[in-house]
Order: sequence, then structure tokens, then C-alpha cells
Amino acid sequence: MIYFDSAATSFLKPDCVAQAVFEAMHTIGSVGRGAHQATLSASRVVYGCREQAAELFGLSDPQRMAFTKNSTEALNIAIAGLVSPSDHVITTALEHNSVLRPLYRTGAELSILSADQNGCIDYGDFAKNLRLNTKAVICTHASNVTGNLLNIGYIGAFCRAHGLLFILDASQTAGVFNINMEQIGISVLCFTGHKSLLGPQGTGGLCVAQDVIIPSLLVGGSGVHTFSKEHPHDMPTALEAGTMNAHGIAGLSAALAFLKEKGVDSLCAHEQYLAGRFYNGVKDIMGVRIYGDFSTPNRAAIVALNLGDEDAGAVSDALYEDYGICTRAGGHCAPLMHEAFGTSRRGIVRFSFSPFNTEEEINIGIKAVRELAEE
Amino acid sequence: MKRKKTERIVIIFKTTTAALQMEKAAKAEGIDGRLIPVPKEITAGCGLAWSAPAETEGALHDLIKRHGITPEGIQKLML
Repeated sequence: MIYFDSAATSFLKPDCVAQAVFEAMHTIGSVGRGAHQATLSASRVVYGCREQAAELFGLSDPQRMAFTKNSTEALNIAIAGLVSPSDHVITTALEHNSVLRPLYRTGAELSILSADQNGCIDYGDFAKNLRLNTKAVICTHASNVTGNLLNIGYIGAFCRAHGLLFILDASQTAGVFNINMEQIGISVLCFTGHKSLLGPQGTGGLCVAQDVIIPSLLVGGSGVHTFSKEHPHDMPTALEAGTMNAHGIAGLSAALAFLKEKGVDSLCAHEQYLAGRFYNGVKDIMGVRIYGDFSTPNRAAIVALNLGDEDAGAVSDALYEDYGICTRAGGHCAPLMHEAFGTSRRGIVRFSFSPFNTEEEINIGIKAVRELAEE
Repeated sequence: MKRKKTERIVIIFKTTTAALQMEKAAKAEGIDGRLIPVPKEITAGCGLAWSAPAETEGALHDLIKRHGITPEGIQKLML
């Protein structure tokens, strides 16, 4: 099997991640529930991971980092907690439903910046859509369909200049691109652990800037203040009701240590090299239509394409059945991106790469696309 | 339980995370003490408290200041 679906979840992970989860399941109890060895071990593992995540994302106080089960949960917490029906929010057509659906549910006014034929937005549209009640810019760092990056430096400066919150969905970029949230001016950074961070599914979190207060979405067990009728308001407890996924977080901690040892820049360069090789190998094949902006190599390691008039699902199925290549067809939970490309019905075949893919696998992928295009 | 009690410095925190930050800092600097369940004499704080020999009080205040730790309270108790 050749796994080219790392934008969905990283199937290929360092061995240390599974080993850490296994060890945690034999050594740790529940975080913050008492002071015996097992629970203290859990608390130490989770605190250590909190520090690692804070360091990775340029957050100076680890207590401002709360764990969730994925980006979707983190985005729901941030959006439901910070956006009111009377607010206006600027977002983009690149967004995943994990941003769009929580936004629609708030009832806030939305300006959704449109994407052109290459999936790019016009940065001049931010200023054009500014209103008196604009509260925030909420957007992804990279399209999960095309791999196009948004310029978060520009958006951070825009938000600073106009006193807006900047909520970033880093699902596709955390662990691949360096993001220093305090330098950029990100108010809330939401991430998942199971994609480019190479951790287990069921791990993720949000990093919250010092001056941003997010009310609890879930309330309940906290291990502290048992007799209070209110859930604690202090970070990170405020956003972490219930028993935590400490076993998964132990795996995430191992993954973050792996990323630090190997270097985010080096892993990113390898992914981008593989994606670039694949792109160059398929772009001139007759009948291949590629989606996204490839005028810059600085993009997430995704190549999204269609063959002729073929249904994307049929192509993805043939890739797996005939070549053992795993790709993702369909809408990728990003409806507005597909509307921009006119692919709402047929979908797109997405190839997404990992630092663990090889050049040989890329060659097989190019050969497969060529042969299917010739059929 | 009939155990001999000694005077201890007990530091409480608003969150478990802050308690763990305290433990890490103290261990890194070789300052004696350990995390314990919050004693009944204290009604605030998270579930964990830092308990240390009374003679470490000065070192603990210094440590807290240098590491930016924010305790909810510090008191002496016979434990």
C-alpha cells in the first residue's frame, strides 16, 4: 500500500509514538485526579506536552494551551466562545466545515472572501470587507483541498491594525510550517495532533493569547473545586472538562519530540520536494487538470487533480484497486473550495504527502496517473 | 492516623498545570518538596499542593518569582 492521504490523517508515524501510547497505558492514571504516583505521572506527561506545544507554536505561557480531541473541537470552542450573533466575521472560501459550520451556527454576519480559479484569495478584500462590528478573521493556514497557503503574516498585521481577533485553523500546517503565534499576532491557534504533528487521533488543542478569554464550552469534572456550581475559569482547566486523553497525549508528546529532533524545516522541505516531484511528473499529462497555485513552492504537500471528465471517486478507486495507492476523493469537507472550482458534483482526487513517503512511491504515483489518463 | 507532624510550607495553585510547573521548577533546582493532595485546612486551590520543608521558604519565594509561577496562596501548616 502506498499512502498518499496524509492531509486526512498521517498513517505513517514514527515508532516512538505508538511506543509512548503503549507505555502510557501501563504507567499513567488520570490527570489532576489526586496525588498518587499514577495520576502524577499522567499530569507530568500532559504538562510536558503542553510545554512542547507552547514552544512549537510560540506561546510563552504553557497554561494558555488547552488540549482537545481535534481541531474541530478546538475551533468550536474558540468560535462559539468568542463570536456573538451581533458580530461580523471575515473568513475565506478555503475553509473546512470545521470552521464554516461553527461560524454559521453563531448567527454572526459573515464575509467569505472568494477564491479565484487557482484557489487564491485577494488580500485587498480584507480591508474592503471591514465593518464597524467586525470582530474577527477566522481562517485556515492552508487549504486542505489545494495546499495553497494563506499569508498569515499579512492577516495577523491586518487584525492587529484593526483590533480584530485572529483565529487560525492550523490543521494542515501544524508541524510542517513554523508558526509563532505571538509574533504573528494570532489570538487563538487551533490544531490537531493526528495530521502533520504525527501524533495519535483524538489529540489536538488550542493555544490562546494572553488577553483572550474564552468561556467553557463543556463543563463538568475538573478534579478541582468539587463543591463549586461553576466550572473553573482558569486556563487551561476552563477548556478541559472531563478526563483527558492522556494516553494519546503521551503519543503526541513523543511525536513533538520527534519533530523537534528532526526539525520542522527539514521535514517540510522533504514533503515539499516530494509534492513538487509529483506535480512536475503529472502536470503535463494529457487530460490532467490540477487545482491550486503552484507559482510558489511554499505550499502544503498536496496535489489535487482530476482526469478528463472522470468522477473523482472512480479515479481514486482505480488508484487503490490497481496500484494500491490511497488518495482522498470527494468534497474534503470544504464545500466553498469545490464551488469555486466547479467540482461540487464530481469532486477532486487529492494526493497528500508525508515525510515518510519515498521517491519510489512518487514514481509509482506518477506512472499510475499517466496510465489511468491514457485509458 | 497518629503520625508525627512537622511544619511545612504549603503552596496552592489555581490549576493542576501551575502545580506541575512548580514541581518541574523545584526539581530542576534541587529544592526539596513534593506534590500532595490539598490539605483540609485549605479550602481553595486545585487538587494538588506543593509541600516542602519549612526551611525552604526563602528559596521557594525566590523560585516562584524567577519562574513566573502564580500561586493562589502560601501558608505554613503542621502536616
